[in-house]
Amino acid sequence: MSTPTTHPTTGTHPTLPTMRARRDIRLLAGLSHLALAFWALIIIGPILWVFLSSFKSPEEIFSSPWTLPAELRWDNWARAWNTAHIGRYMLNSVKVVAISTFATMLLGSMAAYVLARYRFLGNRAIYYLFVSGLAFPIFLALVPLFFVLRDFPLFQAWGTLIGSDTGLLGTHTGLILAYIAWSLPFTIFFLSAFFKTLPTSIAEAALIDGAGHYKLFFRVMLPMAKPGLISVGIFNLIGQWAQYLLPLYLIPGGEDTESRWVLTQGIASISTAAGFKSDWEALFAAITIAILPMIIIYALMQRQIQAGLTAGAIK
Amino acid sequence: MRHGRYPFIASFLALPVVLYLILVIYPTLRTFYLSMTLWRGFDVAPVWVGWDNYTTLFDDDRFWKAITHHAQLLVALPLVTIAIALFFAFLLNVGGGSSGGIRRGVWGSKFYRVVFFLPQVLAIVIVGVMFQTVYRSDNTGLINGIITAFGMDHIAVLVNRHTALWAIMFVAVWQAVGFYVVLFSAAMANIPAEIYEAAELDGATRISLFFRVTLPLLWDTLQVAWVYLGIAAFDFFALVNVLAQDGGYGGPDGATTNLGVELYYAFSKSKLGYASAIGVVLFFLTLTFAALTLRVTRRDTVEY
Repeated sequence: MSTPTTHPTTGTHPTLPTMRARRDIRLLAGLSHLALAFWALIIIGPILWVFLSSFKSPEEIFSSPWTLPAELRWDNWARAWNTAHIGRYMLNSVKVVAISTFATMLLGSMAAYVLARYRFLGNRAIYYLFVSGLAFPIFLALVPLFFVLRDFPLFQAWGTLIGSDTGLLGTHTGLILAYIAWSLPFTIFFLSAFFKTLPTSIAEAALIDGAGHYKLFFRVMLPMAKPGLISVGIFNLIGQWAQYLLPLYLIPGGEDTESRWVLTQGIASISTAAGFKSDWEALFAAITIAILPMIIIYALMQRQIQAGLTAGAIK
Repeated sequence: MRHGRYPFIASFLALPVVLYLILVIYPTLRTFYLSMTLWRGFDVAPVWVGWDNYTTLFDDDRFWKAITHHAQLLVALPLVTIAIALFFAFLLNVGGGSSGGIRRGVWGSKFYRVVFFLPQVLAIVIVGVMFQTVYRSDNTGLINGIITAFGMDHIAVLVNRHTALWAIMFVAVWQAVGFYVVLFSAAMANIPAEIYEAAELDGATRISLFFRVTLPLLWDTLQVAWVYLGIAAFDFFALVNVLAQDGGYGGPDGATTNLGVELYYAFSKSKLGYASAIGVVLFFLTLTFAALTLRVTRRDTVEY
């Protein structure tokens, strides 16, 4: 493998220092690969292990934790989906995040656009009000936020309208509004910088052609801002999907609200729920069901996702 | 064309501003007020008690345990994550030597980059639950399944008070490394190849290349990484909530607790003024850290 025959021995011999340098390089390259492969194993190992365990029987889990399952036991998945309600939590998450990401992008791009391209009294004040939100940790607002959703008159009326006697507390609507509001600072910060870079000549041409402000925004500027929208959209989508703190406080457990839990809450709770302490297979299946969609989406569009998640840091 | 400008501006700003004021600004400001009150959240209004919640907090052992853990994580999390990520980013981008003047990463670097970044798309809580099964102290855990097969004794990292916090921190490192590999890779790609060539002509080895060329030119990015990871060290709530062995209450015996955990505990006991005080402390700690880091690490940027 590492015999010196790879160097041509005819003609001029390589001088001693370069030979040593080459051997060093090959050794280094070998060690590099070892280190990289080791970390890749650390990343993939646990995920693959959980995936395989989700098909196992209890005996297999206890006796041979790191061998292949003898057969594909889909009933583990069915128990996780139905009995542990992972199916419902997943659908809740999909519904909440689909609406909140869309609304975040719509409201965020509207505000960012106006703040970036229109001069008016208070423009800077509103901009800095939004951007200052980047410095507030969510922890700072959790306690009052709970009561705002429950007691704020508008939300109380809204809650009554959708059949809740605790205002928007414990409802998907309340959670969605909280997601949107807390996503606005970064969305506006990023998108207004993006709108500023768009050329003015196209906007002027559209205005001369008789387009109004609304048409200009929806027909001309929004399409031009597509790369920025995709980056922030992915950032918000993944961030809101992974959110745990807000749902934990805003959709507390209880007879009627547990069915509204989102996926992160559901997974966290079945891992500690007494009834599932003995059903490891279903827990493995539940984790697999929770992470598999994200892995598939990542595999399909990893370039855009990397760009989106690092959008705030790389500049 | 000027007409209709203000109605347009108002119509685009009204909804975002109102939502933001009600759900972000108002609750944030109200926390400062609530932290000075005694309140259990029912119909009775908050009672003003001044600094009482803060003095109770500063007398609480668990509070100081939480602060200690934040301090430990504040040092260890950035150090470990940045070291690993820098090492891999260097291997992936310049570790493969140069050919025709172009710096190359080692073979397969694209694959590694995709795999390393993968944990970023997973929710941290779900990752936490996954590691709960990995760390499990009987044979059903991945780690114990492997080491007992080699004839070693069981280990119970989450039950042992000396290892629990570090086991939890490892999960955060596991998730974070890939992000910083991508971040550092992007910064390394911006370093002009001529600088490396010149250094190589002067006989620099790859190790001195790393320490004398790459590292100094990456200073700004390292600073960003340090601030991000430092802020992350103030938010270990989700991982502790699913990994601490006493139902998420920072166990064993407070060995993994942090301010987020204490806040949630106070909140679920309806000690709302006290919970608010914890939130305020957490806010000032985070802010102080970010401001200090940016100040202390300020350096003249290298222009290239």
